[in-house]
Amino acid sequence: MSDVQSMYSEKVMEHFRDPKNVGEMENPSGIGHVGNPVCGDIMELYIKVEDDVITDAKFKTFGCGAAIATSSMVTELVKGKTIEDALKISNRAVAEALGGLPSIKMHCSVLAEEALKSAIDDYLAKSHQKNKVSP
Amino acid sequence: MGRIYLDYAATTPMHPDVLKDMLPHFNESFGNPSTIYSYGQEAKAAREEARARVASLIGAHDEEIVLTSGGTEADNCAVEGIAFANETKGNHIITTSIEHHAVLETCKFLEKHGFIVTYLPVDKYGMVNHEDVKKALTSQTILITVMHANNEVGTIQPIAEIGKIAKEAGVIFHTDAVQTVGHIPVDVNELGVDLLSMSAHKLYGPKGVGALYIRKGTKIVSFMHGGEQERGRRAGTENIPGIVGFGKAAELAQMEIIDEAKRLTDLRGKLITGLSNRIDDVQLNGHPEQRLPNNVNMSVDFVEGESMLLNLDLEGICASTGSACSSGSLEASHVLLAMGLSHVQAHGSLRFTLGAWTTEEEIERVLDVLPGIVSKLRAMSPLINSRR
Repeated sequence: MSDVQSMYSEKVMEHFRDPKNVGEMENPSGIGHVGNPVCGDIMELYIKVEDDVITDAKFKTFGCGAAIATSSMVTELVKGKTIEDALKISNRAVAEALGGLPSIKMHCSVLAEEALKSAIDDYLAKSHQKNKVSP
Repeated sequence: MGRIYLDYAATTPMHPDVLKDMLPHFNESFGNPSTIYSYGQEAKAAREEARARVASLIGAHDEEIVLTSGGTEADNCAVEGIAFANETKGNHIITTSIEHHAVLETCKFLEKHGFIVTYLPVDKYGMVNHEDVKKALTSQTILITVMHANNEVGTIQPIAEIGKIAKEAGVIFHTDAVQTVGHIPVDVNELGVDLLSMSAHKLYGPKGVGALYIRKGTKIVSFMHGGEQERGRRAGTENIPGIVGFGKAAELAQMEIIDEAKRLTDLRGKLITGLSNRIDDVQLNGHPEQRLPNNVNMSVDFVEGESMLLNLDLEGICASTGSACSSGSLEASHVLLAMGLSHVQAHGSLRFTLGAWTTEEEIERVLDVLPGIVSKLRAMSPLINSRR
């Protein structure tokens, strides 16, 4: 591969070229599904939760470079975190972990945060917990 | 293999002969053509030689060519200039839903100033029906503006037919020919147009220069106010190096146009056939035959355009997409949506536009590389292999 000038940071390109945790999951504890075809980004995020800790995360994304990189990064950030800590992961934290995003791409990090929250909501709903988190 | 540039519809590299002709006009022959001494007269002569070459390329008279800063200025100047020159006659403009933004946004601006605009639909190939133009005419219609060929999907519009309708109705007819001039034969009389926009950097000339053809006798309000340059129709000291470059590019295009169109049509066919054979679930966007010789636009199902572009870029291949993600807007290509593509298909479009330095080896390289990129992205697409 050639060393090309990119609109994205090195970290974004690293996650774009070699995204972590791609794919679907057998028997996930929760699935998040966000985005829509009109804006061109659709994200699916799967989490496995054991004893209130997210032990594994996977994703499938239709979208631009930033959408793929933020999906990859959020699955990395969330692994090993308790549900409570995972809920604290903001879109800004995802963007910062990627060395920043172009301003027109910040909505991709919002989508990644929403995908995570949606997966946790799904998990919480399934496990009938009382302290349900609002979307 | 070095970088492979397949975005000639965005811009073209300058032809070396164009650069060579331009260079003396930056410093040695730097005069202002409005002055009477030798420096100025040299510049004026160079400008007029260039104007004649541009006029000759489209079958126009020299004095019908107004030099501008590019295609966008030519479009703005034409649409706005004709609208305001004819506002006492009527306030209706007919255009299409697939025009370049330089025309569409000018029409939207005019709507805010009391003009009524009809945006004609296109068929699935991105083609306007000339009968629709006829039906849209009212007693208030003062301008028809339809692009010669679409910049995204390459579909060549029935301009000559629309020209006849415009002439019968006595309505002024403009075409944005930025994508066709220098690439396919363009003759203002055969097309029956009153105004025609061109841009130099799409035909191996420099950026920042273009022209508007205005048929003799067409009343137009000038858009740039100031000095008497361009017979009072476009004020401002001329970009002489750029104009000289445009002239040279026009001359070269005229010599090579037929052979080059044939060569590119063959390469285009090779790329379309190759991609269709090697990748499942792809479709050609635009008309299969009535299309620019250098345009290939395909939708690749289940994957998004920018992610394909970035992967191609990593392989040194430069292309384009109609996906919103690459343009900074939130909507996918208005052209693809007007043709009836779904949002997903529009976001999954890829455009390769070929040009003078495109080789068969480069096309083969794209055919070797793209299937792998698509497979990789499809493996992470939530739109396929879903268990639900």
